[in-house]
Amino acid sequence: MAEIAIKGVAKRFGGFTALHQVDLAIADQEFMVLLGASGCGKTTLLRIVAGLETPSQGEVWIGGRRVDHLPPRERGIAMVFQNYAVFPHLTVFENIAFGLRMKKLPQQEVERRVNRTAELMHIEQLLKRYSGQLSGGQRQRVAVARALAVEPDVILMDEPLSNLDALLRLEMRAELKGVLAASKTTTIYVTHDQVEAMSLADRIAVMHQGRIVQAASPVEVYRDPAARFVGSFIGNPPMNFLPASKAANGGWSVAGLTLPGPRSERQNIEFAIRPEDVDAGDDGLQATVRVIEPLGPHTLVTCDVEGGLFRAVLDSGATVAVGDRLRLAPKPDRIRWFDPETTNAL
Amino acid sequence: MNGKALPYLLLMPATLFLCVFFLYPFALVAFEAVTRDGAFTLDNFRTMAGSWKFPVTVSNTLLLAAIVVPIQLAMALLMASVVSRLETGRSVALYIFAIPLGISDLAAGLIWLAIFDQSGFLNTLLSTLGIVDRPIMFLGYQDKLTIFVAVALAEIWRATAIMMVILVAGMGLIPKEYCEAAEVFGAGPWKRFIRITLPLLRPSLQTAIILRVILAFEVFAVVAALGGTNLPVLMGETYNWQFTLQDRNVAAASALLILAISIGFTLFFLRVLRVPKEARI
Ligand SMILES: Nc1ncnc2c1ncn2[C@@H]1O[C@H](COP(=O)(O)OP(=O)(O)O)[C@@H](O)[C@H]1O
Ligand SMILES: [Mg+2]
Repeated sequence: MAEIAIKGVAKRFGGFTALHQVDLAIADQEFMVLLGASGCGKTTLLRIVAGLETPSQGEVWIGGRRVDHLPPRERGIAMVFQNYAVFPHLTVFENIAFGLRMKKLPQQEVERRVNRTAELMHIEQLLKRYSGQLSGGQRQRVAVARALAVEPDVILMDEPLSNLDALLRLEMRAELKGVLAASKTTTIYVTHDQVEAMSLADRIAVMHQGRIVQAASPVEVYRDPAARFVGSFIGNPPMNFLPASKAANGGWSVAGLTLPGPRSERQNIEFAIRPEDVDAGDDGLQATVRVIEPLGPHTLVTCDVEGGLFRAVLDSGATVAVGDRLRLAPKPDRIRWFDPETTNAL
Repeated sequence: MNGKALPYLLLMPATLFLCVFFLYPFALVAFEAVTRDGAFTLDNFRTMAGSWKFPVTVSNTLLLAAIVVPIQLAMALLMASVVSRLETGRSVALYIFAIPLGISDLAAGLIWLAIFDQSGFLNTLLSTLGIVDRPIMFLGYQDKLTIFVAVALAEIWRATAIMMVILVAGMGLIPKEYCEAAEVFGAGPWKRFIRITLPLLRPSLQTAIILRVILAFEVFAVVAALGGTNLPVLMGETYNWQFTLQDRNVAAASALLILAISIGFTLFFLRVLRVPKEARI
């Protein structure tokens, strides 16, 4: 059992606060992805869990044990580094065996485990080589094998696929998911790539400027963003936002449309809808087509709605032309509302 | 101008300088070593090796190198590790450690003479503390061991910093991630040093050791200051042949011997600490 609890962790570098009061609970065997733009503090949080960085404040618990005062080697973790950190002076075999040798396992057991993980990662034929003789993808496999070989309770990965080319990344992503699910470890995986996050995660923790904005399943994060940032960060293209003002009947008026919405003291809130959640019809938001991008399965239309940019994903059969005036009807159950002050969902 | 020729052209002055002021005199010395009165002969080497002082000279020099260099290496590694780990004040620490580097070897010898001399610091200190009532003669002609220790101390004091500076630079080249990975996978500080830092430091270790060993075989002024002729070393003997005994040919032979030993050890360390191409960072 290796559930992880991060309680009120903060990290300051001099005057700069990289993490503000982060709380996160990760269940045993859960695949948790930390997702956020570069510089938001993902690596810092991961390194605090690993023990490579000490928190300025707060506690880290792994498997019911408080670990924030323990060195990394006593935390029952393994880590895959962004640049792999495959030791250049050791063969692939010795790299994978490194953690096992440190545990002083008998040679026979070391060989058994190295061979098994090498097979799992399809690098059996590389065991005698050095890091300098490997491609990026192979090096990454060695780094994962080295982590799996110690059979850790927790695996931490810092953007492990970001240095691979697109095709290889796709292949490794699927493979990692299978291998890690089978290994029954708890995983924290850092990435700035939302597709990677969606495809791998049991839950995604979306980070922004040193805070976790939302931690939920990929579908929930996508459909019900807890804050404006999540909606604008996740989804390609991202969510559309429009100003909404209070209408007479308790509804909200948005770009010439009156919609039922949440109760709020405010006079102005924000309306949000995903591009694929609108239908072109006779009634809806008034939009003027600016750009049309046919993408095959569907057509991406960029419009002008109330002077702002609004994207809609339409059926590829739709006949639209630049300058057309469209009516885009939002699907009622997909409309989201945000408080413009707190930016939280209403 | 042809772009390919430019680098060679730029190297020309330095190469010429080396040829005129190094290769040519070297050829002269080598020639003198193997001739006497214009005829080729190995007599010079025989004369050198036949001198009663020769075995002592060789063993003193080798022993001094064998004791001083490992101690310096260990100390330099320790100091470099400490300095590399400093978050602030690293350059200040480096400057302080490097102070002895700025002092010539003769001056260093004299400083240590001032410590060990009959009226030196050490004796003053000992008698002030009442430990001795009469000054002790540390460096008398029969105190070979004390002289040896004093020379070793002076050498260690003087030339450890050069190794440390090289090793600090080398440690800076090792990406931090390797040590972190080792730490995550269970290596404590000592294991990390032995299994990661040392092997990855081999290129710098090679440079530092070779440089230091060559300097150790050339030890002269420190020995002269502290021991006079009581601790004969190779370089001192070369000096003797040239200036006291006025035999340029034997002096040349002796100089060649030092060169040969230096080259031998250089090749040895190049070989032993070689990093295979595929295992480089
Ligand atoms: N050792 C450090 N010293 C000072 N600032 C740091 C240090 N490490 C990270 N930071 C800062 O903390 C912020 C978060 O960094 P990081 O966790 O690496 O972000 P991410 O991994 O999400 O890209 C960045 O603004 C970065 O500049
Ligand atoms: Mg990062």
